[in-house]
Amino acid sequence: MRKTAPVASLLKTLALSGALALGLGAGHLSAQEEAAASGEDAIKVGVLHSLSGTMAISETTLKDTMLMLIEQQNEKGGLLGKQLEAVVVDPASDWPLFAEKARELLEKEKVAAVFGCWTSVSRKSVLPVFEELNGLLFYPVQYEGEESSRNVFYTGAAPNQQAIPAVDYLKDELGVERWVLAGTDYVYPRTTNKILEAYLKQNGVAEEDIMINYTPFGHSDWQSIVADIKKFGSEGKKTAVVSTINGDANVPFYKELGNQGISAEDIPVVAFSVGEEELSGIDTKPLVGHLAAWNYFMSVDAPENETFIETWQDFIKSDQRVTNDPMEAHKIGFDLWVKAVEKAGSTDPDKVIDAIVGLETGNLTGGTAKMLPNHHITKPVLIGEIQEDGQFAVVWQTEEEVPGDAWSDYLEGSKDLVGDWTDPINCGNYNTKTKECLGAVAAE
Amino acid sequence: MRQLKLEAPRRGAPRRGSLFAALALAVGALVIGGPLAAETAGVDEPVAVELPAVPVSAAAEAAPEPEADITVPEADTAADAELAEPAEPAMAAEPAAAPEAADAAPPVADTAPEPAAARPSLDAAVAALADRSFKVKEQAVADMAASGDPRAAELLKALLAGELYVKKDDDRIVFAERAGDGFALTDALSGDALGEVGRRDATKITINNRMRGAVRTAIAALTLASPDPAVRLSAAREMVGTADPDALAALQAQLAQEDDAEVKDAIGLALAIAGLRAEAAADRVAAVEALGGSLYPQARNALDTLIGSEQDEAVLAAARASRADIERRLQNNRRIETLFFGLSLGSVLVLAAIGLAITFGVMGVINMAHGELIMIGAYTTYLVQLAMPNAIDWSLFVAIPAAFLVAGLFGVAIERGVIRFLYGRPLETLLATFGISLILQQLVRTTISAQNVIVENPSWMSGSLQINPALSLTFNRLYILVFALLVFFALLMILKRTALGLQVRAVSQNRAMARAMGVRSARVDALTFGLGAGIAGVAGVALSQLTNVGPNMGQAYIIDSFMVVVFGGVGNLWGTLVAGLTLGVANKLMEPWTGAVLAKILVLVFIILFIQRRPRGLFPQRGRAADG
Repeated sequence: MRKTAPVASLLKTLALSGALALGLGAGHLSAQEEAAASGEDAIKVGVLHSLSGTMAISETTLKDTMLMLIEQQNEKGGLLGKQLEAVVVDPASDWPLFAEKARELLEKEKVAAVFGCWTSVSRKSVLPVFEELNGLLFYPVQYEGEESSRNVFYTGAAPNQQAIPAVDYLKDELGVERWVLAGTDYVYPRTTNKILEAYLKQNGVAEEDIMINYTPFGHSDWQSIVADIKKFGSEGKKTAVVSTINGDANVPFYKELGNQGISAEDIPVVAFSVGEEELSGIDTKPLVGHLAAWNYFMSVDAPENETFIETWQDFIKSDQRVTNDPMEAHKIGFDLWVKAVEKAGSTDPDKVIDAIVGLETGNLTGGTAKMLPNHHITKPVLIGEIQEDGQFAVVWQTEEEVPGDAWSDYLEGSKDLVGDWTDPINCGNYNTKTKECLGAVAAE
Repeated sequence: MRQLKLEAPRRGAPRRGSLFAALALAVGALVIGGPLAAETAGVDEPVAVELPAVPVSAAAEAAPEPEADITVPEADTAADAELAEPAEPAMAAEPAAAPEAADAAPPVADTAPEPAAARPSLDAAVAALADRSFKVKEQAVADMAASGDPRAAELLKALLAGELYVKKDDDRIVFAERAGDGFALTDALSGDALGEVGRRDATKITINNRMRGAVRTAIAALTLASPDPAVRLSAAREMVGTADPDALAALQAQLAQEDDAEVKDAIGLALAIAGLRAEAAADRVAAVEALGGSLYPQARNALDTLIGSEQDEAVLAAARASRADIERRLQNNRRIETLFFGLSLGSVLVLAAIGLAITFGVMGVINMAHGELIMIGAYTTYLVQLAMPNAIDWSLFVAIPAAFLVAGLFGVAIERGVIRFLYGRPLETLLATFGISLILQQLVRTTISAQNVIVENPSWMSGSLQINPALSLTFNRLYILVFALLVFFALLMILKRTALGLQVRAVSQNRAMARAMGVRSARVDALTFGLGAGIAGVAGVALSQLTNVGPNMGQAYIIDSFMVVVFGGVGNLWGTLVAGLTLGVANKLMEPWTGAVLAKILVLVFIILFIQRRPRGLFPQRGRAADG
């Protein structure tokens, strides 16, 4: 008898917390089911972004962006005479759950296209599902490249649209000769740094002039790393830090830089994962002058951008909210998808995939975004310096749009590969030397 | 452990008692650095506000607002002190400008034609700032500096601070101040008030890093003769490494009349580095010797360059000796630095763990919500700062007791509401407190925000204590190190010297006996848990100064906290202190050659092995209580 008491209350505790968790989740689902039941005739659009967990900070905004775009389209009369309907699911920053939710969207909800994912690991997790069920995924975030899938459209930057131009800027405009490649320890920073290291070496940078450093997610004790960077940078040659540090670890990193007296003039830091949204949670005073490379900044002075910001702030009912690069990517992706569906006269994935290549739409910085055969798009590259108000001042930009390159030209295994989803090649990793498609045996 | 203990001092610092030296240093910094920092910040502001910049004063009566605009710049850095000087000192050093001094206050028209014809006009240079191209703007900055106009330094400072705007319709350069939805404008050159315009009618003149560097150097040259030694010092430091003959001549001239030792040093360094390029070998040897022992990176780099290109044997030998000397000093400084980093990381661990040392160590409650109590402390800091936005510098002093109370009350509530039903059932306590931790996280997410919140650093927490050019200790880390020790000793006193402490120890050693002696054990349990929780809240205040404040922040510290308490020996406060500091130093010693990720793993592996050997930790409790 004495034994049962603890077990019983243990079960009680478990049941309680379980009920709590279910209760939270269930609220969401029922709301969607209601929405789903509303119109049989609507075209469904899946939104696959984490609304809870560590990535919620960044991804919630993208979910709202999609809702806004869909609402706008419906106001214009929908698509093919039907209304669009958003199906929102929450993969909760849990990578395997992304695959399950993707399957649910495609099989159960039968959505015409899915807009979603943020981290590379979540994209890798859903990729087989989209290929198996022949769905469409629009992926809006800058990533490490080395991938081209028939079912995925990469509307964020490939390395040659962000990392390489940023390094060129530091090298040519600021005369940087020594490089610190600092990143969070996961697939995107590691692949990007591999490409950058190869690129720098091909440009005559010596081994000892490159310092590579990885830290865990959420790292907060930057003292010795910053001291190392300071030492590395005080040896005579102009030094810069190329940062692929992700998420909130950036805050203590920049704080430590400021406290140890490293200013942007001494050792500039160019970041690939720090945008307006991230800066809105940071005290930006110590960051002024540090750089970021993106394809869009909220501060860009273009009429398209002004309209977009106004619509966004109206939709979200706050004039404090910022816009950022992945939001622009979603807008471009959505516009291109709408155009492709109109051109094909159908939402059938095969027809859309055939129709979308070569389509163009205006981006928010005054240029055009064109869908390329490798399912990447053309983008301008902008380098901005952080200002005290959390915005970026553009200090450099490419003359024209840069086409996204799926396979890096600087890595041994991938430099001969191209992705081309048009006839006659129809292959994501076609080797231009041997003239054959590697198919499923992708060169990793 | 024995090994590590021996090793830490040997590697960390050459001398015995280095730990105490560092502590003494830290305490010293608190005593000296604190007031000093506060003082400079305090002094700057009034000075900056006083200053009716010469040309603007005419307009000052007409429009008092814009005047404030020039002076309002966040005068929180020492550099801003320069702003106060420019007009007079620049003129004092410049005989050509002397006549202007008399009528500097009257309108600009008089001063413009005065300077020599060869000099670029300030007006033209300033107008060029409206250009979009950074190249043009950079030239404009150089022209402004060369104009010899007394207003140049003033305008350059404003440019650096981002207060210069371009009026869109006529490309006029203006000072702009936020007024309602738009800006109140003042002409930058004449000081005329131009009224208010909409937000989109004026754009800020953006500057990039290269321009920022150029502007700083220009300001340095203009302020080298300032009467304020601090301004001269920063100016001289800015000019170290320059090869410009004009600048060197100015440095020479200043050296002759300089009486401040530090400024003299800086000028001497700048001249010595230039002297390495001298024609005569003897001059170069003299320059090399002047650089001997200098810890400035510029000195070392200049010597490296010299060693690479020098032909003369004597000079080369001198340079090599000098370089080796520098290297040795740098090595020593680096060791001290590593030790400091280790102690500071250790102090964070101690702070995070010390509350747990009470609840887990003394009471034996496995409290998985400990991290969330830290988070509550950090959020209290955030709320306190929201409540007193104009006194951020003082906010921490309010936040510390507030966080203690708030987290303590949460602790008492958790103990009374849940834990008291589960004493003696560790597995259930673990699950229940884990549930509480999730509830607390969700509470913060729904009531405040799922996003991280901004907790500002008071100005006295920013920056670093510059001990020498190669060694600086950041203030926030220093203060937190000291703070951790204060908290530790305060807690020790409570447990050892107060009635509550006595009761706590009595209850934890033998509950039945304590009750027999009249101790109300239930009340003591609640207070003890509240004390541990309150200390966790106080730790949250300190952590909010170092890291992100968000709903998940507690998760990052829970493992580390348990690690420290178990390693130090359950039930022993001293063990927690020593364990925390040891782990911090060990982590930092390993980090340079293993990287941050591996260092952490190695520390964890080490602790697991250590616990295998000594399951009761570093300082095991002895006697019957421990066996119970």
